[in-house]
Amino acid sequence: MDIVYSSGLELARAIKDKEISSVEATSAYLDRIEAVEPRVSAFVNLCADDARERARQIDRAIAAGDDAGPLCGVPIAIKDVLSTRGFTTTCGSRMLEKFVPVYDATAVERVTAAGTVMLGKANMDEFAMGSSTENSYFGPTHNPWDLDRVPGGSSGGSAAAVSAGEAPWALGSDTGGSIRQPAALCGIVGMKPTYGLVSRYGLVAFASSLDQVGPMALDVSDCAALLGVISGHDRRDSTSIEQPAVDYLSRLTGEVKGLKVAIVKELSSEGIDPGVLEKIKAAMDVLEGLGVTCEEVSLPSFSYGLSAYYLIAPAEASSNLARFDGVRYGFRAAGEFADIWEMYDATRAQGFGPEVKRRIMLGTYALSAGYYDEYYAKAQKIRTLIVQDYARAFDTYDLLVSPTSPTTAFKLGEKMDDPLTMYLSDICTIPVNLAGIPALSLPCGLAGGLPVGFQIMGPPLSEQKILDAALALERELKFDVRPVGLEAG
Amino acid sequence: MAISIDDVEHVAKLARLELSGEEKETYRRQLSDVLEHARVISEVDTEGVEPTSHTLPLVNVFREDEVRPSLPVEEVTRNATWAEGGAFKVPRII
Repeated sequence: MDIVYSSGLELARAIKDKEISSVEATSAYLDRIEAVEPRVSAFVNLCADDARERARQIDRAIAAGDDAGPLCGVPIAIKDVLSTRGFTTTCGSRMLEKFVPVYDATAVERVTAAGTVMLGKANMDEFAMGSSTENSYFGPTHNPWDLDRVPGGSSGGSAAAVSAGEAPWALGSDTGGSIRQPAALCGIVGMKPTYGLVSRYGLVAFASSLDQVGPMALDVSDCAALLGVISGHDRRDSTSIEQPAVDYLSRLTGEVKGLKVAIVKELSSEGIDPGVLEKIKAAMDVLEGLGVTCEEVSLPSFSYGLSAYYLIAPAEASSNLARFDGVRYGFRAAGEFADIWEMYDATRAQGFGPEVKRRIMLGTYALSAGYYDEYYAKAQKIRTLIVQDYARAFDTYDLLVSPTSPTTAFKLGEKMDDPLTMYLSDICTIPVNLAGIPALSLPCGLAGGLPVGFQIMGPPLSEQKILDAALALERELKFDVRPVGLEAG
Repeated sequence: MAISIDDVEHVAKLARLELSGEEKETYRRQLSDVLEHARVISEVDTEGVEPTSHTLPLVNVFREDEVRPSLPVEEVTRNATWAEGGAFKVPRII
């Protein structure tokens, strides 16, 4: 079988049935990484030797007839925001360049228990702050569909690795669109689960009321399988929802007949590229053909979502990132200091990159005396209006849809000098995080030769319904995930 | 919403960030832009609207106060630049 670009589930089956070994699968991906990584730069660090050793162990377990887990022997890429015991976790930052965690994140622990083999840690915008992966201290990742363009962000390394065939699937994290937007720009499937469905234990905190870990995959079935593995209550995260893991995969039917769906007007008119919109409308026509009622709904508070988000997320970040002070772990500025305050100031000045400093400044300002009510408290009230708008819409509609990103992948460097323009990249994904609901991005075609993502949103804990709608659409659209031209380059 | 260099210096001090002159000017301009954009929210009528800090209906999550093993001190201090005898060392505080 062709290992590279096989789905994760196909690989798991082939390994379980001893058609191929985990060592063969792992080596095929490591070879692929060697071939394309110089052009894509999806990884911060690779763990080739450890991966081969683990694959050997899994092969031995399978040979001995032991249960090696449902995803036994299948390689995976992990976004470098998730703690991996004994393996460097940089978060794309100089601050954590040499940080070696002493425990695994729960999501990592669970994919490992399911039998996956970690290939390496995927590149990302520093501390998950960005929409292009250009904010990584370790340099940008390139979009496999066009190497002069960004892969999106902040989980751009995870998205590019899957798209380029460097890993069959990956874990990402999503605070304002960081799984869905890069999935859209790289033409893969990515899902942000309901807030609290997946444990945040061991996820380096950006904005704690918004952050979620989620799956990134070549197809919807893989996405469902991986989500099933990482979901479920974890007592080490006090915001974790008290329910057992759900087997989304076995319940996946692709049944959509009779569903009522609406496109969100505020996320599909002003500022959306016409080529993108055309593909979204075409996907809706396909849904209609499958017996889905498609309408349009106006959710007026969404016009204020971006502004609210860029006050709330930086405010939470400014508090979360206060822990990086050069004392207990992470970078510490070299030199002699008169007192601890000088050491703090220098460590943070040298350890953080420009975007992280910008957000810490913005968040500190929004929380500071005299501005708290005007900015932070007001933004939290806007958040309530967004939650209410969604709730009203879900009284009438099963699911809501929109483009995932207002444009296809943009050029590297194009938006780096203008933070506000960069922030607008997240306009369609942000309301989902503010409301804590689940959403998925499905590739729905190409515009100008670049992938377009179709976003499907549902009420809290409606992951199954979203996955079924995505599967129905995927079967009709038959999107080819292999980037044209990567082989030639 | 134009913010001044004084504002930038005040916020940088609160955030414990040492900024160069050039950085101060850049952040003054960029933060002004973002805050100007954010001002649209002031137009929204939020009379009687409760703020949302969290989307889950959770209040306090309690657990039994049981003794459980924690990480060994040597492991916990391993990532520190300057640690000795199970303690983190820092420059003069007072």
